[in-house]
Amino acid sequence: MAANTTGVEGATKIKNSPSSTIFYVIAYTIVGAMAIICLVPFLIMISGSFTAEKYITFHGFNIYPVEFSTEAYNLIFKTPSTIIKAYGVSIYVTILGTFLGLMVTAATAYVLGRKDFKYRNQFSFFFYFTTLFNGGMVCTYIFFVRYLHLNDSLWAVILPGMFSVFNMLIMRTFVVGIPTALIESAKIDGAGEYKIFFSIILPLLKPGLATIGLFLALAYWNNWYNAMLYINNPDKFPLQYMLYNLLQKSEAMARIAAQAGLVVTDVPSNSLKMAMAVVATGPILIVYPFVQKYFVAGITIGSVKG
Amino acid sequence: MKYLRNFGQEFKKNKALFSMLAPAFILTVVLSYIPMVGLILAFKNFNYGKGIFGSKFNGIENFRFLFASGKGWQITKNTILYNLLNLVTSQAIAILLSIFITEIRAKYYKKVTQSLIFLPYFISWVLVGIFVFAIFNYETGLLNNLRKAAGAEPYNIYAVPGIWPFLICAFNAWKWSGYNSVIYIAAITGVDQEIYEAAAIDGANIFQRIRHIMLPCIRPTVITMLLLQVGRILRGDFEMFYQIVGNNGQLFDVTDVIDTYVFRSLMTNANIGMTTAAALYQSVVCFVVIILVNAIVKRIDADYALF
Repeated sequence: MAANTTGVEGATKIKNSPSSTIFYVIAYTIVGAMAIICLVPFLIMISGSFTAEKYITFHGFNIYPVEFSTEAYNLIFKTPSTIIKAYGVSIYVTILGTFLGLMVTAATAYVLGRKDFKYRNQFSFFFYFTTLFNGGMVCTYIFFVRYLHLNDSLWAVILPGMFSVFNMLIMRTFVVGIPTALIESAKIDGAGEYKIFFSIILPLLKPGLATIGLFLALAYWNNWYNAMLYINNPDKFPLQYMLYNLLQKSEAMARIAAQAGLVVTDVPSNSLKMAMAVVATGPILIVYPFVQKYFVAGITIGSVKG
Repeated sequence: MKYLRNFGQEFKKNKALFSMLAPAFILTVVLSYIPMVGLILAFKNFNYGKGIFGSKFNGIENFRFLFASGKGWQITKNTILYNLLNLVTSQAIAILLSIFITEIRAKYYKKVTQSLIFLPYFISWVLVGIFVFAIFNYETGLLNNLRKAAGAEPYNIYAVPGIWPFLICAFNAWKWSGYNSVIYIAAITGVDQEIYEAAAIDGANIFQRIRHIMLPCIRPTVITMLLLQVGRILRGDFEMFYQIVGNNGQLFDVTDVIDTYVFRSLMTNANIGMTTAAALYQSVVCFVVIILVNAIVKRIDADYALF
């Protein structure tokens, strides 16, 4: 992010007037306050996961753990099969979906970015039109379940997220940045279209692939909606949907209690919800500092293209 | 015919390129264009056994049912009001933040605050639902925890529907202001830095720089964002509404948007024909609005048009 916001260095040489001092006080305060507002829910979640259930029942959640306890994590890791299965599903969906999505996006963006491809405008419109008009949730649902029989299949979770026009347009910006002369000279050297794509274009597209790959991976990791529509088998629940069930449905809590050999009322349900949330979100929070700049770059390119 | 023959020749010549387009083409046909055909269900009495094509036509009965009950108007009104409220608040906050953030000179303060403000974009709406639970639930929520500590009575926020539009709006701004401010910061810093320096040397104070340099810089971005949102005027953010409101039936009157209503009808198997009618109505209105608005913008200033 830092590279993006070099600030107004020249302005620092000018002496601040009283009115601009007030401006800076307000600016620093509001930005700081907003940052705290964005942080607090995470603090509640983390502290809740480390607080004794007894304390939460009597006093409620807090932003720091008053009565420290790891009982919720002990329970999760004593019978980790639920969380391991959900992790497995999420990792599988994220890796497979991101890989396939990247291939489809890169190939499409490459062809539509080629100025010598005669029908690029028609195909661009064909894809773009779906962002203006669509059949909606009900028609897609009926088609998936009744005609494609994708019920309880992880493809119902993977397919809808693979190709998005937004990602393709960002990727096309990266493609257009590659000099046409490279493709021309490869052709003269006798390389076929596939060879050009795989050995020349893809290596040059690395920054674009990193950016779009992260967008795809984040979307797959956070997806619960398609799982809610199409997946009924608890063994195939991805993490986020498992988390949702834990929050909303008592059966999910009962299942965890049964696995741990506890009566439902003995499960530390409040702290357990927070601990599960921490376990599900942990990977994102850990990689966040390292990947943030790719998202900033992608969003910036996407906004320029409209 | 001639067009087809040209296409055929082009296809033969560039088989490899066409084959690279094929996966995306097939995905789009299967995931977007075929479900569009399903929209004819809006004019049919759907019978699961008979399928989309076997079911009988019933004219505009489904639309009549949707609007006669008053539900159609109510969810339309909610959807539009939420979209307008969310659009104004989230963009205003993002613009304000982006101006402040570009002006902040303390390097680490800037980096840390900016990272924190961007963080909510990275989490799922399920997690936002967990946060809502942790803050607002009656028994153990932070809000009532603080009220009890201050000696006040606990407060059941789920019994006060009037508060929810503001809560939803706040969470929407919370989740998106980081993302949107990235866009605005890019627009502000996208201009030549020399302009800022020249203005500063000429004695322009901070307010003049904001008024005469930054705001004109973000104008095209604001217009693009408005256009994109206007094209979604009848679409609600399903995930947001569903996770924040949950299954609290007493809130549905003020929080139901077309998408949540359609989803609940689908899950309870109420009336597929009517929900499809709602979806068709939603898609057609959005489509007409975006085409019209874009045409108007194009007439005023072609640079700002989306397509």
